[in-house]
Amino acid sequence: MITIEELKRIKEEQRPILEKRLIEQGNVNINEDGSIVLNGDYYKKQVRIALKNCGIIDPNNIKEYIAVDGYFALANCLINKKAKDIIEDMKASGLRGRGGAGFPTGRKWETAFLYDADQKYMICNADEGDPGAFMDRSILENDPHSVLEGMAIGGYSIGADKGFIYVRAEYPLAVRRLRAAIDQAKELGLLGNNILGTGFNFDIELRLGSGAFVCGEGTALIESIEGKRGMPRTKIYRTAHKGLWEKPTIINNVETFANVPVIFQKGVDWFRSIGTEKSPGTKVFALVGKVENAGLVEVPMGTTLREIVFDIGGGTQNGKEFKSVQTGGPSGGCIPANLIDTSVDFESLDKIGSIMGSGGMVVMDENTCMVDIARYFLDFTVDESCGKCVPCREGTKRMLETLDKIVSGKGEEEDIEKLESLSETITLGSLCGLGQTAANPVITTLKYFRDEYEAHIQDKKCPAGACVDLVEYFITDKCIGCGACARACPVDCISGAKKELHVIDQDRCIKCGACMEACPPKISAVIKR
Amino acid sequence: MDIVINGIHYEVDNNTTILQACRRAGIDIPTLCHDDRLEPFASCRMCLVEIEGSNKLVTACSTHVKDKMVVYTHSEKVIKARRDVLDLIIGNHPLECLSCDKSGQCKLQDYCYEYGIIESSYLGDKREPYVDTSNPFYDYDASKCILCGLCVRVCGELQCTSAIGFEDRGFDTIVKTPFNEGLINSKCVSCGNCVSVCPVGALTPKAQKFRHWETKEVQTTCSYCGVGCQLNLIVKGDKVVGAQPSLEGPNDGLLCVKGKFAYKFINHPDRIKTPLIKRNGKFEEVSWEQAYRYIRRKVIEIKEESGPEAFAGLTSARCTNEENYLFQKLFRAVIGTNNIDHCARL
Repeated sequence: MITIEELKRIKEEQRPILEKRLIEQGNVNINEDGSIVLNGDYYKKQVRIALKNCGIIDPNNIKEYIAVDGYFALANCLINKKAKDIIEDMKASGLRGRGGAGFPTGRKWETAFLYDADQKYMICNADEGDPGAFMDRSILENDPHSVLEGMAIGGYSIGADKGFIYVRAEYPLAVRRLRAAIDQAKELGLLGNNILGTGFNFDIELRLGSGAFVCGEGTALIESIEGKRGMPRTKIYRTAHKGLWEKPTIINNVETFANVPVIFQKGVDWFRSIGTEKSPGTKVFALVGKVENAGLVEVPMGTTLREIVFDIGGGTQNGKEFKSVQTGGPSGGCIPANLIDTSVDFESLDKIGSIMGSGGMVVMDENTCMVDIARYFLDFTVDESCGKCVPCREGTKRMLETLDKIVSGKGEEEDIEKLESLSETITLGSLCGLGQTAANPVITTLKYFRDEYEAHIQDKKCPAGACVDLVEYFITDKCIGCGACARACPVDCISGAKKELHVIDQDRCIKCGACMEACPPKISAVIKR
Repeated sequence: MDIVINGIHYEVDNNTTILQACRRAGIDIPTLCHDDRLEPFASCRMCLVEIEGSNKLVTACSTHVKDKMVVYTHSEKVIKARRDVLDLIIGNHPLECLSCDKSGQCKLQDYCYEYGIIESSYLGDKREPYVDTSNPFYDYDASKCILCGLCVRVCGELQCTSAIGFEDRGFDTIVKTPFNEGLINSKCVSCGNCVSVCPVGALTPKAQKFRHWETKEVQTTCSYCGVGCQLNLIVKGDKVVGAQPSLEGPNDGLLCVKGKFAYKFINHPDRIKTPLIKRNGKFEEVSWEQAYRYIRRKVIEIKEESGPEAFAGLTSARCTNEENYLFQKLFRAVIGTNNIDHCARL
């Protein structure tokens, strides 16, 4: 059994070793208050709470986590605080679930705390599945102990002695590091029985997902842990009342748990000083797409999209015109350029039809077709719908078929109306969050980029030039007849005599674009139209 | 607590679902996946209703009433959602009502009629055809399945066999046996409870052809064993063409393979309807009085000749407990032997 003195001793012993290593590495600044931050312009505008140890400590060494004050929040909670105090602190901190919906964590914990039960459970939802999102992965791989500590604090507050981490099997490194972290924490006595001599027992087990996106939905995740098919339950009871094996269960996201120890280390007032009144703290985003500096960005809530995309992300690649940013993954929406100054917090994003989501942020430029983007996300949802309820199972499929029709130039006038009507039914009538938000990419693109839909349907043109069926490659009279395009064409559909204007046989062209690439840049005779 | 449904106040108990409250109030709410005996599943979304103060529609089957709740069961929004749901279901369902055994007793057909759905507005993909006729008593046609899950849940929750489950995801979801081994190779015990609850023509008995409107139902007690299951025999003319479990009685809407499917003996030409006595090597039909006289005479003769231990009695599980009790009493007290057994022990 480890004592608080022993914990302090480990910290004092390890801290100089860590600092020495970091100074040798040379990529960090060690501040006067003891905090360690990564240096470089990309990090300057970021405020890292959930990611504070990522890239700094060795995730395979629990002592390095202890050296940056790890497990002291848990020790402090166990020794000096009652369960109820922790819940009050969590409520006061205003921390909201980082998995997407933003439900206040303290209130969630309080619900489970108030139910009397012989067994309660703490679950960490590490089934991160949004395309292009890798926030949780980074935390699990680089700072697994912060999640374990957050879970233990939560477990103590609600009266759970058992925790599960539901992590996707597609994150093998995260799984390995979590396993190692759990083993090390158990070995030191920071998990297991009688933690720090306080009589509090808390054990954590891993459960590996099998690749179903819908298992990120709380009740489907519970079904999966119970060994059943991952299908969402109808919400007769909240999981905090009857969750895993009908016992009070709290499910929080990885990032939420990673925030918990820091709140108890630095205090509620400190946490509330970051972010906005209704959304305190920070949010991690996976900034991807056609942006100059892709990567993980952690910024205070209330930062504008412009600051994230342009100041940190460096704007679009190759100076292309910025068109839209998509937040919230397949459940989110596409935000147009004129709303780029929207502040990033739960309410503001909701107001413009998107959602905070778990943190995916995809930047799109002038070459991105918004109909095609909606189609892409619907394609994902159709694949990942569990098949339980009619609107999601059948409705998303019909939406995808309609969008397929539109991007291939077979769209009809009434298709837009059909999409709108179906969006409404899917949103109003689906069983779980996946279905209820599945139409968001279509709803927002119809709202902000309706002209693109109309161009596809009425003019049979894709303004972004992205929809293969609606573009044609054409050789202008700038052609010098060098034959480079004809040689590059994989289907031999370009003809023309030497030094004469070449012509593409549109019927046989497969629109691969090889001719355009092959045409010498000085000439640029091949155009897409 | 006090709730308002479609503008009328009702007094209902705690822990009542909106569906239960509506049914008690005589308000019809369509359901395809609901069964009172099963945990609410809320997959068909036909029972969607509108609640004042909530943007989303909620399923009546799985939402508990709250005090002062204001519910609309047939608002414009609700009707549109139900029509869309039906439209989507029909979009993935063959319109073969002309040849479908279930026609006339199909809930999907009834609701499409009620909500005015003639055909689907979607002409896209349909589920991959899949048919399993390997079970000797019933057939499964996945193309007609609406994935309400009643069969899966009855098999798991009530029959406790779990021979079938959902396979694949999303639009490809299909009800199948594990590893696609087919019903005959599965754990299926052919109880047919899945067939009894199927609201459409996906699971149908292998039976004579009949139309439901040509038949009448006659409630009876199953004669196969002493449990006393109640069932409704489906009778066309003077022939029994099917059996459907009754919700009244100890079986609570369930049957076993015998009660559900083994009714053909009733109209079978080989069925013995009177006692038979063998004379000159041939069985002859006799009356019950003649038969009893014959038995009585033989019993006395044999008992005098060889004693009571020369007798053995074998009785049937198809008799009631009371009948079996009397039978052993007859053997022990009247004939005087303990040589008595019962087919349920075999």
